[in-house]
Amino acid sequence: MQGVIDFLVSLNIPYVNASVARYIVLQVLAAIVAVAAPAGLIILTWLERKIIARIQDRLGPNRAGPFGLLQAIADMVKMFTKEDITPAKADRLVYNIAPGLGMFAAIMAFAVIPFAPGFAGTQMNVGLLYIVAIGGLGTLAILMAGWASNNKYALLGAFRAVAMLLTYEIPMVMTLVMVAVVAGSMSMVDVVEAQSGMWFVVSMPVAFLIFFLSGVAEVGRSPFDLVEAESEIIAGFHTEYSGIKFGMIMIAEYVHMFALSFFTAVLFLGGWQIPFIDVAALPAPFAAILGLISLLVKVFFFVFVMMWLRGTLPRFRIDHLLDFGWKFLVPLTLVLLIGVAFVIRLFAPGSSVGIPVAAGPLSGLGMPGQVVALLVTNLLVLGLALVVVSSAARRTRSKALRAVSAVDSPVPTAGK
Amino acid sequence: MPSNFDPSQIPLVPIVFWIMTLFTVGGAIGVVSSKKLFHSGLYLVLSFFGVAGYYVLLSAGFMAVVQLMVYVGAIAILILFAVMFSRRPMAAESQANRQWWLGLPLMLVLFVVLVVTVGSVAWPVSGAEPTADTVQQLGVAFLGSYLIPFEVVSVLLSVALIGAIILARGKVEGEETN
Amino acid sequence: MMTIPLSWWLTVAAALFSIGVYGALTRKNAIGILMSIELVLNAVNINLVAFWRYIAPHDISGQVFAIVVITVAAAEAAVGLALVLAVFRRRGSAIVEELDILKQ
Repeated sequence: MQGVIDFLVSLNIPYVNASVARYIVLQVLAAIVAVAAPAGLIILTWLERKIIARIQDRLGPNRAGPFGLLQAIADMVKMFTKEDITPAKADRLVYNIAPGLGMFAAIMAFAVIPFAPGFAGTQMNVGLLYIVAIGGLGTLAILMAGWASNNKYALLGAFRAVAMLLTYEIPMVMTLVMVAVVAGSMSMVDVVEAQSGMWFVVSMPVAFLIFFLSGVAEVGRSPFDLVEAESEIIAGFHTEYSGIKFGMIMIAEYVHMFALSFFTAVLFLGGWQIPFIDVAALPAPFAAILGLISLLVKVFFFVFVMMWLRGTLPRFRIDHLLDFGWKFLVPLTLVLLIGVAFVIRLFAPGSSVGIPVAAGPLSGLGMPGQVVALLVTNLLVLGLALVVVSSAARRTRSKALRAVSAVDSPVPTAGK
Repeated sequence: MPSNFDPSQIPLVPIVFWIMTLFTVGGAIGVVSSKKLFHSGLYLVLSFFGVAGYYVLLSAGFMAVVQLMVYVGAIAILILFAVMFSRRPMAAESQANRQWWLGLPLMLVLFVVLVVTVGSVAWPVSGAEPTADTVQQLGVAFLGSYLIPFEVVSVLLSVALIGAIILARGKVEGEETN
Repeated sequence: MMTIPLSWWLTVAAALFSIGVYGALTRKNAIGILMSIELVLNAVNINLVAFWRYIAPHDISGQVFAIVVITVAAAEAAVGLALVLAVFRRRGSAIVEELDILKQ
């Protein structure tokens, strides 16, 4: 990106000095991302309908354009021309703002993602927390939408949705903290750099799984899609939305899904890195393009996995969901966090730059040792969790069995 | 974080300051004067955003994100939930109690006193810039010189969590209420 | 950053504080009062961070204080709202003027 800025400055346009050139480049980047994210919607909806159709042994849209590629455009035309109904006693201002806020939150999440070496919207040193904050904004939008519709079912749907979102925000934040601990920084750019040794998916597979799972729950995709449970609560919080506002809510959901795939790719799969090739060392245009392509490959892999999940798994019930989140994921993530922090402290290379840190006792084993130790910790914690869960399940099963078999005992008759 | 200061012409910092002030103070006025409780909650969210913007201007980026995460992402949602559980939610009745005419001059007097007090002190302003690693400094402070407040606050949060759950649980079968 | 003198920040915080106090004194609904208290706490935080930035930017204690205030505010909001909910369930109303059992 610095190269592009320098090129712009060298053109000697009046009023364009270094900082103005930087602003222009950033603005263009932002405009590209802000347009590409909803435009990727077209590809995403087509992908989704085709993939789910094939999983369900049918063809999917194949009429609008070759292979149904123009289906999304047909849908958009339909949405634009639908009548825009506002319910009678709805809270007009809030009702109109809510979909926009949802879209805003989803697109803003792209500000911190490093797309290629040197190309990041902003190098915030708290990028990881920024993701969480933006997620909270999306939750607010759902609450506003459910409330403003003046509809009991929309309100109920919003309650359930927000309860689920708040529950699964916690494991997500904990795994982000784990990534920050291992990478030594909360900046997304630093996290990608820290994975130049070994991608975090290899050293922390359980953390990766928890993050992806919680992320899928945050987005509201199947199997966690009681947010829009088409067969249960009419349509949840967006019951009363029609036309372009509904379109905006759909865009917000798909962009959020897209953003989650980006996050997973950047945080756990090394972002723009390619295994065994040092992308950052390549000459400037090649590094950027290669990095971007590798990132997009990973992103679309995760998108495919999410659609695969949607086509295969049945929906969770709300109480199952909340139980799973609070009683399994949160304790698991806490224990995992303690384990990871312990390992990192053991293997920390001492540094006297900035804030002095004493070297950990096992730091002699270096990076490979740390990776192996993290992997072992992850698998140990997972094994422990599975053992605990299976013994708890065995206990409840035997209790239920005893309750069922007790029915056969003779019922005391009156009199006699 | 990159400074949003354009050295050529525009003084960006005062502009951003005034925009954030609009959000903060405008949101605050909306909180205390809105007729619908839900709108008050949303104005509160606007105020929180303004304060987060202030923190960014004051080079406290971590505080800004924490503000968004905790206040907007958690406390505001909690308040909105509580608002939605109250009985006459969509009614647009006045939310001021019987003594509002007394509160208004009181607020103005308080404000004037505060501003006069603040303006009359020669603050020992140091022109130094903060270092870029405030997050690391915070970590060291919380686990070093401020360890005890950190632990006390953790205990406070746990107690508040348990207390809130018990208070809001309502009737559980098999329990006596008095 | 010195283009904005410290007194501007303190004035804004004072304004927020006064508005919060006005809200706490004059709102009918208990939740409205809680919202005004949050405004007061935010005003205090702005003051703390402004002082940190202008007077002692090398000493991170200002931000430490502000973070402790945010945490305590979160705990207080949680307990306060749980109380309001419990009261609402018992007495059917969250209007503070109607909660006057102790009077009789």
